[in-house]
Amino acid sequence: MEQMDTDQSNNLEPVVVTHTLPTILCCTCGVPISPNPSNMCVNCIRSRVDITETIPKQITLYFCKFCSKYHVPPSNWVYCEPESKELLALCVARIRGLNKLHLVDANFIWTEPHSRRIKVKLTVQKEVFNHTILQQSFIVEYCVDYQQCYECRAKSAKMDPWEAVVQVRQRADHKKTFYFLEQLILKHNAHGNTLSLKTLRDGLDFYFPNKSAALKFVDFLHHVVPVRMKNSDHLVSHDPHNTTYKYKYSFSAELPPVCRDDLVCLPKKVSTSLGGLGPLVLVSKVSQNLCFIDPLTLQTGELSGYQYWKYPFLSLLTSRRLVEFTVLDCELTGESQKKYCMGDVTVSRSSDLGITDRQFYIRSHVAKFLKAGDLVLGYDLESANYNDSVLDEYRSLQLPDVILVRKTYPTKNQAKRRRFKLKRLAKKASQNSAMQMDSEHNDYDNPEEFEEFLQDLEQDIELRSNIQPLKMIMTIHKLVSKSF
Amino acid sequence: MAIRCQFESSSEVGVFAKLTSGYCLVSVGSSENFYSVFEGELADHIPVIHTTVGGGCRCIGRLAVGNRRGLLLPNSTTDQELLHIRNSLPDSVVVQRCEERLNALGNCIVTNDYVALVHPDLDRETEELIADVLGVTVFRQDIAGEALVGSYCCLTNQGGLVHPLTPIEDQDELSTLIRVPLVAGTINRGSEVIGAGLVANDWSAFCGLDTTSTELSVVESIFRLRDMEPVSFMSEAKPSLIENLA
Repeated sequence: MEQMDTDQSNNLEPVVVTHTLPTILCCTCGVPISPNPSNMCVNCIRSRVDITETIPKQITLYFCKFCSKYHVPPSNWVYCEPESKELLALCVARIRGLNKLHLVDANFIWTEPHSRRIKVKLTVQKEVFNHTILQQSFIVEYCVDYQQCYECRAKSAKMDPWEAVVQVRQRADHKKTFYFLEQLILKHNAHGNTLSLKTLRDGLDFYFPNKSAALKFVDFLHHVVPVRMKNSDHLVSHDPHNTTYKYKYSFSAELPPVCRDDLVCLPKKVSTSLGGLGPLVLVSKVSQNLCFIDPLTLQTGELSGYQYWKYPFLSLLTSRRLVEFTVLDCELTGESQKKYCMGDVTVSRSSDLGITDRQFYIRSHVAKFLKAGDLVLGYDLESANYNDSVLDEYRSLQLPDVILVRKTYPTKNQAKRRRFKLKRLAKKASQNSAMQMDSEHNDYDNPEEFEEFLQDLEQDIELRSNIQPLKMIMTIHKLVSKSF
Repeated sequence: MAIRCQFESSSEVGVFAKLTSGYCLVSVGSSENFYSVFEGELADHIPVIHTTVGGGCRCIGRLAVGNRRGLLLPNSTTDQELLHIRNSLPDSVVVQRCEERLNALGNCIVTNDYVALVHPDLDRETEELIADVLGVTVFRQDIAGEALVGSYCCLTNQGGLVHPLTPIEDQDELSTLIRVPLVAGTINRGSEVIGAGLVANDWSAFCGLDTTSTELSVVESIFRLRDMEPVSFMSEAKPSLIENLA
């Protein structure tokens, strides 16, 4: 019997405790409701509190009718399509006190465009009393007023919108460093704040709306190239009563005329400070510092921008003067440093082949990359004409006949086979016609020079690693192969 | 009739007063307004006395608990206060100090003349003391999940008002224990702290000034105050009910 009892008790179903909330009377109107934290019915809560009372229901938007942009305080102007997401975001952001509420929904209510009114319906939630969340919809009316934006005002007053200009110049016959700098600027979007770019003789002018943007750009230049700065201010106007001065600031940034692959004769002081380097050296790299290599001893040296501009010097021969040689024989001597390897090379001028039998037996630092039959670029010092005051300092210096610089390849249709493109900065030519005439002789946008720069890029991985080429043609190829 | 009143611009009248069918304790305020409301309504029938409890504390309603038969005071009550209360109350009322850790007795205990609900963590000695002094049956209960039964409930021999979130099942269980009708409701314009906003005995009730007419009508109907005269109540044969309960 006892067992039976226990079995029965085990079979008992568990007691389910249900909780039914009681009905209470709304404390103000007496309507039966289920209890809530404020113990009031919804209508009573709504009649007692207006969660939107702190929000202004009418707001003024400023609109520039010349460029159809809306004003975003403090000083931005943004173009928005009517009834667009952007305009809604702008409208909602203009409402003060909305951060204390929880915004649930916002949408436009159609208005006649000529009424210059925008209506936005907002739905918000807020906690009222204790833990009671009230939701409410309301309409905010925006009055669109006209105001000229800064740019249009500047345009109609025929004044320059810029406050600061950075003039970047390289006074050299080949602007390799400049092209490289252009790619770096594009990669880091350092020109993001510019109002406009102007091509001028020997370089570019970057116009900025304010001084701080220009200073930021100058800072960027200091980080990527050995640059020399010169500042000047031009007083435009000033108000003596409240001592406000309006200046236009100019920053002149000069890049060293010495480029990559140039042959340089170092001044005595510089040579000594680099541990007796050279004095005849090749420029191996131009970044924040100038890097040199002595082709006869494999010694290397670096000069910071500051050091360079203390004792500036020019190239003895620029890469324009490189001549093509053909390698006849090459033997390594075993001396090496990093990627360079010393060797004895027999070369003759490619132009001389089959005409004369002139051969040069020379030491070269690029011997590692050469074998018989290769083409190599080098400076032909034997036939070169130079007029360099620095060279006169070294009376006893024996110049080698040929200095080899780097290996090259036959230039057959290289431009057509190229699988990448480079972005360029969108530039305006100078409006000054005299300047333009002048710049034709020394044009920054010389397509031949740019082509040379592209070839340099193709042949140097280290140079290429710093920039972002657009793999245009590659992607087109891929697309075509996919579609078929 | 339930009466609205205010203690120094506070609507929590249950904090500053203790009302039973046998006596009424009122806190000492800076003005006599609060006291005179009670005096005007009750002085003909029961003693209304000024006092403090627990060493000068004015929130006597939350510290003391009592009914027609007795009064329990917290252990912080001074001898002088105890003496004053003993002298002022009729001899039939037993006044006793209670050594209880949870010394806000008014928050932890709610009672009428027959049944008391107490905080589940209260000492066993205190439970016995309550049964002896107040002459009630003691139940350990909570109301709407709140252990502080004294704060969330107001109880008389006629009925009781409980926390608005008390489930109907709990209300049924409680009203079978107490043998009086219960209703869930609010006081002081939606406040759920019933014990703080309302004091009631078998023929009168006092609630905070914020109380709305709806709440007032609920109070009057559950405590049967509409046509209730103290005399008629007194003549009612309550002891028979006690017999039934026991």
